[in-house]
Amino acid sequence: MLEKALSGGKRYWTWVVFLLLLILAGFLAYMRQFEIGLGVTGMSRDVSWGLYIAQFTFLVGVAASAVMVAIPFYLHDYKNFKEIVIYGEFLAVSCVVMCILFIFVDLGQPMRIMNVILHPTPHSMMFWDMCVLFGYLVLNFVIGWTSLGAERKGFPHPHWVKVLTYIAIPWAVSIHTVTAFLYSGLPARAFWLSAIMAARFLASAFAAGPALLVIFLLVLRKVSSFKVGKEALQALAKIVAYAMIANVFFFLLEVFTAFYSRIPEDMAAFQYLFGGLDGKHNLVPFMWTAAVLALLGIALLVIPRTRKNEGVLPFAMAAVFIAAWLDKGVNLILAGFVPNPFGQVIQYAPTATELMIVVGVYAIGLLILTVLYKVVLGVREERA
Amino acid sequence: MIYGGKKIFAGLFIFVVLLISPFLANIGKADAQPNPSLNTPTIDALAAKQCVGSAQFMRTYHMQLLNEWRDQALRHGEYTYVNSQGQKFTISLENTCLKCHSNEQQFCNTCHTYVGVTPYCWECHQKGATQ
Amino acid sequence: MKIERREFLKLGAAVAVGLGGGMTLDVLTKAKPAAAETTTDAVGTKVSSKALHAKRWAMVIDASKFKTEADFRRVEEACVKAHNIPDFGPDSKHQIKWTWEEPFTRTFYGVDDPYLPEAIKKENFPVMCNHCENPPCVRVCPTQATFKRPDGIVGMDYHRCIGCRFCMAACPFGARSFNFVDPRPHIKDINPDFPTRTKGVVEKCNFCMERLDQGLMPVCVEASNGAMFFGDLDDPTSDVRKILDTHYAIRRKPELGTGPSVFYLVGGGGAGA
Ligand code: SF4
Ligand code: SF4
Repeated sequence: MLEKALSGGKRYWTWVVFLLLLILAGFLAYMRQFEIGLGVTGMSRDVSWGLYIAQFTFLVGVAASAVMVAIPFYLHDYKNFKEIVIYGEFLAVSCVVMCILFIFVDLGQPMRIMNVILHPTPHSMMFWDMCVLFGYLVLNFVIGWTSLGAERKGFPHPHWVKVLTYIAIPWAVSIHTVTAFLYSGLPARAFWLSAIMAARFLASAFAAGPALLVIFLLVLRKVSSFKVGKEALQALAKIVAYAMIANVFFFLLEVFTAFYSRIPEDMAAFQYLFGGLDGKHNLVPFMWTAAVLALLGIALLVIPRTRKNEGVLPFAMAAVFIAAWLDKGVNLILAGFVPNPFGQVIQYAPTATELMIVVGVYAIGLLILTVLYKVVLGVREERA
Repeated sequence: MIYGGKKIFAGLFIFVVLLISPFLANIGKADAQPNPSLNTPTIDALAAKQCVGSAQFMRTYHMQLLNEWRDQALRHGEYTYVNSQGQKFTISLENTCLKCHSNEQQFCNTCHTYVGVTPYCWECHQKGATQ
Repeated sequence: MKIERREFLKLGAAVAVGLGGGMTLDVLTKAKPAAAETTTDAVGTKVSSKALHAKRWAMVIDASKFKTEADFRRVEEACVKAHNIPDFGPDSKHQIKWTWEEPFTRTFYGVDDPYLPEAIKKENFPVMCNHCENPPCVRVCPTQATFKRPDGIVGMDYHRCIGCRFCMAACPFGARSFNFVDPRPHIKDINPDFPTRTKGVVEKCNFCMERLDQGLMPVCVEASNGAMFFGDLDDPTSDVRKILDTHYAIRRKPELGTGPSVFYLVGGGGAGA
């Protein structure tokens, strides 16, 4: 089926070449990092994780795109999702690949990565996260690819695929939960030490994943033969709306607990995010932008008139997606290191090399997604 | 004839040539075996020139031994190695191995180069320690 | 001496596996050498007869005896020299620190009460890894590169560390440093008896385990002129226990339950040892 990705118009190839160039640039930047070390990034002794780990954390969430279409379709037989389930699954595949790449580029000794398997360590959440992420990648790829193969031949997908889809649903919950556990079990970081972290991760994932899926489906409607149905879009939009409301609600719960209890360590990171601490306020603009976009997105999605307007829908989705990205792909990880264990505020800003690597990894993800989507489109055009 | 047969065979030919190119490049060259030098001032001063194990054993298993040493010393605090003759040695690259084998070029690298491996021991462990 | 080619192929294969990231151990020790070869040599390892023993090593620091900058420098430099710690300058993001000086408000962040005696507020303290009883760094490490020895010391295997820095996020004491770049060009004066580190791994104070195992006290303790005490927390007759039994000592962030093994005597209630 892969050969379908080899035939395309000029626009397709321009896009592919563009992505390849970004990947090349990212690769060259990575070679520099590989040579010199993580010293080429903006990370430090005090902010020891930066954009890489933040992107990893965020993309685990976006991978929820699959489960949020799979549940209605497989569990509730919601027919309108029949055509789009596979787009959700392949988006998840591309996200999980990016997650793994972001972990990889964050390692100081990447050539030793197999040590995680050679010395399996069940008390480390990182070990479990690796297991569930790999599992989720395989599940989604196998489910997507096999169903597509069956569809090509005009058969219903084999029964075992159905079994896998049932496994994939709780599995999707596990990737967000275990990723949240990476952070929420650390006594050192008051900002992360919260029982509600896993719930926040689920809510934010269920908003960001489908939001991005809607955006991609709208793009496909413009540039390809696949015209997503109105009902499917509206159903996704409602999922995004509810999930985002839950996400913001959970966030406010954290804010309440910190500020009503007035425990200094619990308040510190929020103070840093909303107004700056010790005269340092790198993240303040990000926090407020996220807040405004989150509320705007929710408003646009809750009001039926704007939600049903397909001219507005992409903006609402973008607002939600960017808000979720700022919240999890920037603020959550970076503010966790403020203040440091000595009560000092040390800031972080990524370097150009670091940004180029981030762009490169995203380009790899988009390329994988493009190829997979192209295969889906090709197979379906052939049958039409 | 298969469709595009010529291209296929040309491709196959190129593939096979590439595959055997390392052998082609070495045709006629002598298989010069490495000849590591054991002579360092410390070793020359020894009464019995004997490592912690027999030469045969060390040659074959020094890397496993070092790996085991690292875990024993670091994780279990067992810094003393006892060999089959009951002789005791302190487990330390700096203060045991490299004290004698201070000639990385002539000793270690001779064989490592021959078998095409590049261990990175000396990046962290100082060559020859205090001389 | 002739070395057979066949030997070399074997050697090559083994080393190749090993180079895949210092990962030989578990793989290769399971595939033990053939019997004839083992019986000639490999026998075993044991604890050195000189080694100092404890059930749980601990340190008591009498801050009142750190009077001048020189007292701190002497201790820090002894550690830097012994362990080949690079110097990137005080403002570098790449700093590597094993033990260093912090004021009261930072050492005991969260306890910096405004109504403390001036003498205490002005006091400075040497900080380092606390070799915690329940170390979060060990809990999170995905490779067991960070581990706790039976004598309570939290050690690191720089060969196994993959540089994920999970342990840095997990340590509540800021005790860990990461080698963001190759440290070697920044080591002033290399001590040939101790290894240096490579870029991409985390490092921290090791309670001088390499010295304890040779029967020596930690270098900082030796250099402190009696301001630091070291001994077995489990042994009621040890120096540290005798001090703790008669003096009020505090630990950093005890509320987190990590159980630090480094104790501080603050406010001049010094241990008259
Ligand atoms: S002080 Fe930090 S690095 Fe040291 S044992 Fe405790 S948690 Fe681990
Ligand atoms: S950086 Fe190294 S020591 Fe720290 S958690 Fe990762 S592998 Fe373990």
